[in-house]
Amino acid sequence: MPAVSKGDGMRGLAVFISDIRNCKSKEAEIKRINKELANIRSKFKGDKALDGYSKKKYVCKLLFIFLLGHDIDFGHMEAVNLLSSNKYTEKQIGYLFISVLVNSNSDLIRLINNAIKNDLASRNPTFMNLALHCIANVGSREMAEAFAADVPRILVAGDTMDSVKQSAALCLLRLNRTSPDLVPMGEWTARVVHLLNDQHLGVVTAATSLITTLAQKNPDDFKTSVSLAVARLSRIVTSASTDLQDYTYYFVAAPWLSVKLLRLLQCYPPPEDAAIRGRLTECLETILNKAQEPPKSKKVQHSNAKNAVLFEAISLIIHHDSEPTLLVRACNQLGQFLQHRETNLRYLALESMCTLASSEFSHEAVKTHIETVINALKTERDVSVRQRAVDLLYAMCDRSNAKQIVAEMLSYLETADYSIREEIVLKVAILAEKYAVDYTWYVDTILNLIRIAGDYVSEEVWYRVIQIVINRDDVQGYAAKTVFEALQAPACHENLVKVGGYILGEFGNLIAGDPRSSPLVQFNLLHSKFHLCSVPTRALLLSAYIKFINLFPEVKGTIQEVLRSDSQLRNADVELQQRAVEYLRLSCVASTDILATVLEEMPPFPERESSILAKLKRKKGPGTVPDIEENRKERNANVNGGPNHTSATSNAKASPPSFVGDLLAPAPPPTNRPRPVSSASFLQNPLTPLPPQAYAIPLAASAGTFYQVAAPAAASSTDLLGLGSSTSLNSTPPAAAPPTAASLLVDVFSENSPPVSAPAHIAVPATAAPAADDNFSSITTKSFHVAESILADVQEPTDKFVCKNNGVLYENQLLQIGLKSEYRQNLGRMYVFFGNKTSTQFLNFASNVLNVHLKPVDPTVDGGAQLQQIINIECVSDFVEAPVLNIQFRYGGTLQNIAVKLPITLNKFFQPTEMMSQDFFQRWKQLSAPQQEVQKIFKAKHSMDTEVTKAKIIGFGVALLDGVDPNPSNFVGAGVIHTKTTQVGCLLRLEPNMQAQMYRLTLRTSRDTVSQRLCDLLSDQF
Amino acid sequence: MMQFMLLFSRQGKLRLQKWYVPLSDKEKKKITRELVQTVLARKPKMCSFLEWRDLKIVYKRYASLYFCCAIEDQDNELITLEIIHRYVELLDKYFGSVCELDIIFNFEKAYFILDEFLLGGEAQETSKKNVLKAIEQADLLQESQTEDWGGLANEEIL
Repeated sequence: MPAVSKGDGMRGLAVFISDIRNCKSKEAEIKRINKELANIRSKFKGDKALDGYSKKKYVCKLLFIFLLGHDIDFGHMEAVNLLSSNKYTEKQIGYLFISVLVNSNSDLIRLINNAIKNDLASRNPTFMNLALHCIANVGSREMAEAFAADVPRILVAGDTMDSVKQSAALCLLRLNRTSPDLVPMGEWTARVVHLLNDQHLGVVTAATSLITTLAQKNPDDFKTSVSLAVARLSRIVTSASTDLQDYTYYFVAAPWLSVKLLRLLQCYPPPEDAAIRGRLTECLETILNKAQEPPKSKKVQHSNAKNAVLFEAISLIIHHDSEPTLLVRACNQLGQFLQHRETNLRYLALESMCTLASSEFSHEAVKTHIETVINALKTERDVSVRQRAVDLLYAMCDRSNAKQIVAEMLSYLETADYSIREEIVLKVAILAEKYAVDYTWYVDTILNLIRIAGDYVSEEVWYRVIQIVINRDDVQGYAAKTVFEALQAPACHENLVKVGGYILGEFGNLIAGDPRSSPLVQFNLLHSKFHLCSVPTRALLLSAYIKFINLFPEVKGTIQEVLRSDSQLRNADVELQQRAVEYLRLSCVASTDILATVLEEMPPFPERESSILAKLKRKKGPGTVPDIEENRKERNANVNGGPNHTSATSNAKASPPSFVGDLLAPAPPPTNRPRPVSSASFLQNPLTPLPPQAYAIPLAASAGTFYQVAAPAAASSTDLLGLGSSTSLNSTPPAAAPPTAASLLVDVFSENSPPVSAPAHIAVPATAAPAADDNFSSITTKSFHVAESILADVQEPTDKFVCKNNGVLYENQLLQIGLKSEYRQNLGRMYVFFGNKTSTQFLNFASNVLNVHLKPVDPTVDGGAQLQQIINIECVSDFVEAPVLNIQFRYGGTLQNIAVKLPITLNKFFQPTEMMSQDFFQRWKQLSAPQQEVQKIFKAKHSMDTEVTKAKIIGFGVALLDGVDPNPSNFVGAGVIHTKTTQVGCLLRLEPNMQAQMYRLTLRTSRDTVSQRLCDLLSDQF
Repeated sequence: MMQFMLLFSRQGKLRLQKWYVPLSDKEKKKITRELVQTVLARKPKMCSFLEWRDLKIVYKRYASLYFCCAIEDQDNELITLEIIHRYVELLDKYFGSVCELDIIFNFEKAYFILDEFLLGGEAQETSKKNVLKAIEQADLLQESQTEDWGGLANEEIL
C-alpha cells in the first residue's frame, strides 16, 4: 500500500523535517526551529486569513517541533479551529495536536468540548471515532464532566457501529480511571456485561478491558460477567485455529482476548456454580495440555502468544488456589520453562513460581526445583533473571532448606551485581534469623555477611544481630568469641568493628578467662581499629571502653590513659570530646557500685517487627515481600522463650522519661556552644548551682541568622520604639541570660540533692531508649541528641501564615499561642499572646528566641489568663529560615517545653506596587536572565477558586494587577521586598490550568535566592 | 494497562511517544531519558523484560528502532511483546516494509495507526484487517478532499 506518497503529503512539512535532519549540530537545529517558529507565528498573526490546508500544515509542524522536545506555547487556537473543519484530514490533525499538547486554556477547553460534542452527534462513525479517541487520550476531568453521560449511551445504543463501540468502551474505561466519581453507574452496566456475548470479537476485546476495570472496583455489580467470560473463553480455547479468522494470531486463537478474559476472572473467587466451575477447569486443563503439544509454528510469535495465555491461566490457578492438581501441573509446567532456551521464558517461570511457592498445595512442588534455581543464580548472564532467581530462592525457603539457600546466597553475594547486593543482604539476614534453630549459625551468617558485603549491610542488619544476642543468653558467649576472632583479621569492615565493640563491651567478660582473650588483649584489639573508624563508630567504641572499666577493673588505668589523651579530651568532634570527658570523669568519681549500676548490661529489647523486614518491604513496596507473618510468630516465641534477664533491674532503672527529656531539652543547638564543658562541670560540681551567665546562649551573629529580634516584655510596651525608628532595634548581646538550660539543670538538680544519684538518672534514657542505634550509649548524657531531636520537632506553624498575619500559632491542651503581626517595609512587630487554658498557674514561664536575647516575660501565668509579648523584627537581608520561639514553663510538677517556628517569611517585607501593563512588561523583560526567573508547575492542593486565589496573592503582599495578562484567567502581581540594606523588585505570574488541576507559577526578581524563596512560599498556598 | 509506549532509535532519538497516564512534560522527559539509557545499555541476548520503578518494561528491537512499553504489575509481559509485534506488522503493512524514516516523515500516520490499535492503554482492535481498513477509509477521505483543492498543494515551499 503506497500510502506515503499519496496526495495528502504536506510537502512543506517534509522539507522542514529534512532540514532538521540535515542540521549538523544542536545549535543549527535550534536555529532552524526558531526560524520556523517565527514564520508560523507571523502566518498565524497575519491579517490574511489562512486556508485550512495551511493551518493544518503549520499545526503539524508545531507538533513535530514539540515531539523533538521543544516547548510550544501557541497554535492551540488554530488547532481548535481545525477541529470544526469539515475536511477529515484537517480535523484529524487538529485532534492529534489537542491529544498530544493538552492545553491549559479553559476557554479553549470549552471550544474543544463543543467540537467533540458536534462530532459525537454527527452519526459519522469516522468522526465519532476521532472524537472518542481524543477524549480517551486527554481524559481530563473537564472532559469527563462533559461526556461521562454521553459515552455510555453511545456504547450500549443498538445502532452504534462496532468500531465506535470499541472506541466508546475504552474511552469510558479511561474516564473511569481518571475521574471515577464522574462516571455514573446505571442501567447501562448490565448491558455492558452482555457485550461479552457480542458477535464482533473486537467489541468483546474492548469491552472485556472495561468490565475488568469496573469489576475491580465494584465486583458485585459485575458478578454476572463470570459465567459469560467462562463461556466465551471455553469457545475460544476449543475452537479450531482457523475459526476465528483474523483474530487468530500465528495459529493461536484470540490470544489477547483470552488473556483479558482470564484476567477478568481473577477479579473473582472460583465460581460457585458447579457447572461453570467445571467448564472453567476444563478450559484451564486444555490450556495446560496445549503447552505439551508440538508447536504449530516455529515463529517466536506463536510460542509467545500461546505462552502468554498459559501464564495468565497459571495466574488464575494461583489466584484461585483451590485445585491442588492444577497447581501442581502449573508448577511442573513452570519447571520445564526454567530450563527453556528462551531467556524470556526462564525469567517469567522464575517470577511466576515465586507466587506458587506461597501456596500450601504447591510449596513442596516448587522446592523440588531448588537445584535448577541455584544453577540459574550461578549461570544466568542477565542480571534481571538472576534477580528473579534470588526472589524465588527467598520465597521457597523454609526450615528444611534454609542452610543450603543461605549458603548459596552468601556465595553468590561475593560476585553479585552491585545493584542487587543490598537486597540480597537483607534477604539473607531475614532468612538466617527466621530459620535459625541454632543461633550460633545465625551469628556466623551475619558476620559472614559483613565480611563479604560489609558496605551493603545497612544499619538495620547489625542492629538486629545485637538485639538478638542481647535477648538470648545462650548465644552471648559464642558471639563474643566469634567477634573476637573475626576482629583479628588485619582489615575488617567498620560494621564488624561496631558489632564487635558492642558485643565485647557487653559480654567480653564471658571470654576473658582465656589468656588469649584477656581483658587487655580485647581492649588492645578494639583500640587498634579505633583510628581507622568514623566518628559514630569511635563514639560507640568509647562507650565500650567505659563498659570495660566496669567489667574489668584491671584495665581501668590503661583506658583512663587513653581517655585522657589530647586526641580524646580535645577532640574536634564535640560528641567524642564529650564522651571522653564524661567517661573519664565518671570513672574517676564514681564508686564501683555506682559504676556497676550505671554501666549494667543492657536489658532485653522489647520484641518488635524485624527492622530488616520493614526495610525490605520499604525497598520492594508493600505486597511484594512474601508474607512470613506466621513464621515470624514462631521465631518470636524462640527469642522470647529463651531465658530472659530478670526484669527487676530494668524496672529499677526506669524513671519517667519525660523528666529526662525536660532536664536536657532546652540545651541550645549543637553549633557554637560550649556545652561539653558545661556538662563536665555539671559532673564535677554537682552541688554548686552555677551562675546562669555561665550558660549564656551565644548570640545572634551566627551565620545564616538574618534576623535581629528584640522582645521587650509586654509590661514595658510603652517604651517600645516606633516601627519607623530602627536604631535600637538592632539589639546587641545583653549580659543577662533568660532562664535557660542552665538554670533548669540547676533547678532540677537541686531537687535531687544526693550527687550520686545524678549519673544514675542520666543513664536512664539510654536503657529505656527504644532506638537500637542509641541503645549502647548507656551513660552518654543524652542532651546532645535530645537537643537535636527537639529542634527537629519544632512545630511548623503550617503555611497558613504566609498569606495572613493573624491567627493561632500553636495550641495544645495546656497552652494556646495567638499571634498578631504587622509589617512596614523592612520592619515588623509581632504580638504573641500566651493563653493558659488550664485553671492552674504556670510557673517559671519563659519564652525566648534562640540565639537572641528577649526580655523575660512575667514568670507566672495564672489559670485562664493571657500574657502578651512583643517582638520587634527587622529584615536585614533575604533569608529562608525563620527564628524559633522556645517556651518553657512548669505545669503541675512537670516542666513543659515547646518550640515553635515564628511565621516570619520573606514575603512579609513586601510593599505592593501598582503598575500599568506596559511598565510591567518592560520590567519583566529587564529581568530575563535565567537565574532571575524561577518557575514551578504544581498540582492544585485546594479548589481552584478565583476569588480565593486573588485573596491569597494580595495576602502574600504584592499588588494584584488587572489587565496585564491578555488571558484573564491568569494572575499577575508586583511588589518590592524591603530589607535593611536593599530593595528587591518582584514580578509574578500565576497561570491556573483548571483542566489538569495544575498551576504554573513564574517569579522574576533581581536576586535568585529571593525568586526561589518566594516561589517556594507561594506555591505551597494553592 | 499499558502506561506508555516509546519508540526510539539506537542513537537514543525519540521517534514516537504515547502516554496513557497523565504526567507533566518534565516527568515525561525524565522517564524517557532514564529508560532510553537503561534499554540501550542492555545486551542483545538479554531478556525482554525488566523491573523499573514499580512498573514492568517490555521492549524489543526491530532493525534500528526500539519499541518499549511500560505495563503494570498485574499485566502480561508476553502478550505485550506481541502487542509490539502487531503494531510493527501494522506499520509494515501500511508503509510497505516500514523503516525508521517512514516513521520520522509520517509521524502523524504512526499516531493514527496506534490510536486505531490501542486506546487508553488497552488493545482496541487486534485484527490486522480491521485496523488497516479503518486507516484506509480515512486515507480515502483524504484523497477525495485533496483533489478538491486543486493545485494548492504544489505552491508551498515552507
